[in-house]
Amino acid sequence: MPHYKAPVEDMMFLLRDVFRVQDIFAELPEQKENDLEIISSILEEAGKFCSEILYPLNAAGDIEGCRLENGIVRTPKGFAEAWKAFSEAGWGGLSAPTEYGGQNLPRTVQILVDEMLSGSNLSFGLFPGLTRGACEAIEAHASQALKDTYLPNMVSGVWTGAMALTEGNAGSDLGLLKATATPRADGSWTVTGSKIFISSGDHDMAENVIHLVLARIPDAPAGTKGISLFLCPKILVNADGTLGARNAISVGALEHKMGIHAQPTCVMNYDGCQGWMVGEPNRGLAAMFTMMNAERLFVGVQGLGVADASCQTALAYARERMQGRSPDRAGTVPIIAHADVRRTLLSMQSFIEAARAMVVYTALEMDREKFHPDATIRQRAGENVALLTPVIKAALTDFGFEAAVAGQQVLGGHGYIREWGQEQYVRDARIAMIYEGTNGIQAQDLVIRKLTLAEGLPVRSYFAQIRQTLAVAAAHSNAAPLAEPLGAALDLLEGVTTRLISGDLAGPDDRNAAAVDYLRLFALVSFGWMWVRMVLACAPGQPLPDALVQHKRAAATFFMQRVLPQATALSQQISAGAGSIMALPDELF
Amino acid sequence: MKKILVPIKMVLDANMRPRVKADGTGIDLSGMKLSINPFCEIAVEEAVRLKEKGLAEQVVAISIGPAKAQDSLRQALAMGADSARLIETDGPIEPLAVAKLIRMVVDEEKPELVILGKQAVDDDCNQTGQMLAALLDWPQATFASALRVEGTVVHVTREVDGGHQTLSLPLPAVVTTDLRLNEPRHCSLPNIMKARKKALDVTPVAACGVDTVPRLKVLGVKPPEPRKAGRRVADVSELVGDLRAAGAI
Ligand SMILES: Cc1cc2nc3c(=O)[nH]c(=O)nc-3n(C[C@H](O)[C@H](O)[C@H](O)COP(=O)(O)OP(=O)(O)OC[C@H]3O[C@@H](n4cnc5c(N)ncnc54)[C@H](O)[C@@H]3O)c2cc1C
Ligand SMILES: Cc1cc2nc3c(=O)[nH]c(=O)nc-3n(C[C@H](O)[C@H](O)[C@H](O)COP(=O)(O)OP(=O)(O)OC[C@H]3O[C@@H](n4cnc5c(N)ncnc54)[C@H](O)[C@@H]3O)c2cc1C
Repeated sequence: MPHYKAPVEDMMFLLRDVFRVQDIFAELPEQKENDLEIISSILEEAGKFCSEILYPLNAAGDIEGCRLENGIVRTPKGFAEAWKAFSEAGWGGLSAPTEYGGQNLPRTVQILVDEMLSGSNLSFGLFPGLTRGACEAIEAHASQALKDTYLPNMVSGVWTGAMALTEGNAGSDLGLLKATATPRADGSWTVTGSKIFISSGDHDMAENVIHLVLARIPDAPAGTKGISLFLCPKILVNADGTLGARNAISVGALEHKMGIHAQPTCVMNYDGCQGWMVGEPNRGLAAMFTMMNAERLFVGVQGLGVADASCQTALAYARERMQGRSPDRAGTVPIIAHADVRRTLLSMQSFIEAARAMVVYTALEMDREKFHPDATIRQRAGENVALLTPVIKAALTDFGFEAAVAGQQVLGGHGYIREWGQEQYVRDARIAMIYEGTNGIQAQDLVIRKLTLAEGLPVRSYFAQIRQTLAVAAAHSNAAPLAEPLGAALDLLEGVTTRLISGDLAGPDDRNAAAVDYLRLFALVSFGWMWVRMVLACAPGQPLPDALVQHKRAAATFFMQRVLPQATALSQQISAGAGSIMALPDELF
Repeated sequence: MKKILVPIKMVLDANMRPRVKADGTGIDLSGMKLSINPFCEIAVEEAVRLKEKGLAEQVVAISIGPAKAQDSLRQALAMGADSARLIETDGPIEPLAVAKLIRMVVDEEKPELVILGKQAVDDDCNQTGQMLAALLDWPQATFASALRVEGTVVHVTREVDGGHQTLSLPLPAVVTTDLRLNEPRHCSLPNIMKARKKALDVTPVAACGVDTVPRLKVLGVKPPEPRKAGRRVADVSELVGDLRAAGAI
């Protein structure tokens, strides 16, 4: 039967052998006590929680879904108890500041726990994820009084958070949003408007829901420069910290949707509710965007987590399902004997393991950005994160969805049937390509903003890092054959990068048309880089299990020979420019 | 009760597939995931529950093994043990030597109760608790599936072939745990973090003055023969005939 086991061994391989986090954390004063031993115990224990408590609720939660009863959202059976257990075990405060009851652990550990949450129960995982995002925005921008009132209870999970940006007419283009806020005499605000698609907008798992709402104040400039951020609690908090009256916030409806059924996606009405401004007037979008990188990394990892869960079931199934014959084995064989099934499994694994490495690489940069004592290093790391954020968000969710479909295919007809859980993964994985900025918008962000960020220094340094690895790999018998095709793909990527920044493809339509293909090419080269680094970490003499070393070498070779060749096609597609796309008049589509 | 001592062993994780070393001298543990022996984890849980019920003041975890066994001790600390001790040794160590080392610690720590796992899932010896009780000349109850402390007596329900047997032992006593005694808890994150600040004392085995020379000689370690393919028989009489021929009946 299907199961989910947190991939702690692979995570520890990345942390210990590939990225040597012990050396990185040693440079970060606030993190230097967090050695591999403590990280491994944390991951082990989080993994147990996810597979033993959250995973068993995943299928049942999907079937039962959330319900709106007399204006109150009911989550599926077991969710409230699981939330209580999760909060009491302190998992919500993993990376939160110690002054508000958190453990101040690195982003790198947080994001790996997020992967487990996503793999075991994505609907559930969004509750702590959104609460953390809201906490980070409050911590970075709110007044001390707001922080003291709200953060301790949000960090401990007594209250949860929600982020209310989207409106019917304002999705990708938040500059169009219409919700308003007018000042009150006591310094607070009256917030009015209707929001759609608000995740965790309401539920019965915690005492209060803290909404961060984007709205316009009187005389605000049009567009994105006229948006402010407001903290609006579902239940008002008295001066002594106890809960008071209901705020004028209500759930208009629950959306009926393709997946994440156990996650309440709400139409929210803010009917003149009381709110408090977070950050500066008209700087709300900027405030919201400070934790955007972290949120997008989290959404990327959702694609990865669900893909891994699907892969685990597919692999177990392929070992047991007897079907067909194979040339060198007698009788009916388990389907893992068939080349095509093996190809499917390797395409999943060669993505999943490289993606996990990319996540660790990026999260480590975020930890440097936050904790490194040297300002230049913080700055460089921050730029690198800004560059990679759209890649992680979009590539991990695009490939993650493809992997979930592949995992469904391995089960044949049973992949389509509810019982095995594979079809749920397909439905659940799909949303991550859409929310938190569609993957199309991520690609635009990469091509239009991130390539030219800081005069193009981040992208040049990123490519230079890959070149460095290639130089090392050239002298290494297991890695050299991998370095060669990766070098060729990197040449293609660098070629189109230059043309998109300032060459023949730098026009607005060419860039807009190229963006999705470009992001995919960028991701493939990045995954290839991770594979070379993983194989380098498997150098002879390392005390690694033989099974792991053999697996990594085989998956790396598969990736270079059977996935990376897509780079050539992508580079050709990009080079074709927007001509064939823009020529057709709208009405002739 | 003032103190409970819980000896724990670090073993190859039960989910890992053991591989025999190329030279056939033992199981290859390099790079493999090692965990606290499941029976020992149950022992820690039971001790911590007694403490939480106010029936014991302190829980001390101890392990005899390589430096890496500190990870298992940290887990015991995260579950709620108050302090830990490692007697460090890299060499092979047999149950009798382990029992002698635990006795030494008992003499120093003076616990009223020692709770051990009934056996370790690596070599399945099932000896240490019994040997320890004999060395200490304390009463023992093995294979515990329920345990109740009442004043200076511990009542232990044991899983035996014919069903359950309940023994009442005057303290101090030695108890070994069976699988059904309890279900070990999930550690909370703050407790994992606190565990690393708790005392973990390391003593090299050489400093203990205990004879740990192995009494057994390992001639060789081999993986089990892979199962042979089956054969379809025509009827029951052929089956019975084959089983007779194979000496199985
Ligand atoms: C289940 C679910 C949960 C959600 N949770 C939240 C939440 O908690 N809080 C919240 O505020 N929102 C939430 N959302 C909203 C989500 O973030 C938006 O749906 C998303 O940003 C896209 O906006 P839209 O739906 O209006 O699509 P549109 O903006 O209308 O986009 C339609 C299509 O046009 C493309 N497009 C748009 N502009 C451009 C451009 N300039 N160039 C190229 N292509 C373009 C897009 O890529 C997309 O494919 C959620 C949505 C769902 C479905
Ligand atoms: C909604 C639905 C409706 C259906 N309707 C009907 C119907 O009306 N009538 C009917 O008879 N059946 C029907 N089916 C069954 C359907 O045709 C089978 O599910 C399908 O043929 C796959 O068989 P399987 O599920 O046993 O998968 P398996 O045969 O177990 O295949 C599992 C995986 O192994 C791969 N595989 C298997 N053998 C090989 C090989 N030799 N080489 C390479 N790869 C291999 C497959 O491609 C697949 O990815 C239906 C199924 C569903 C889900």
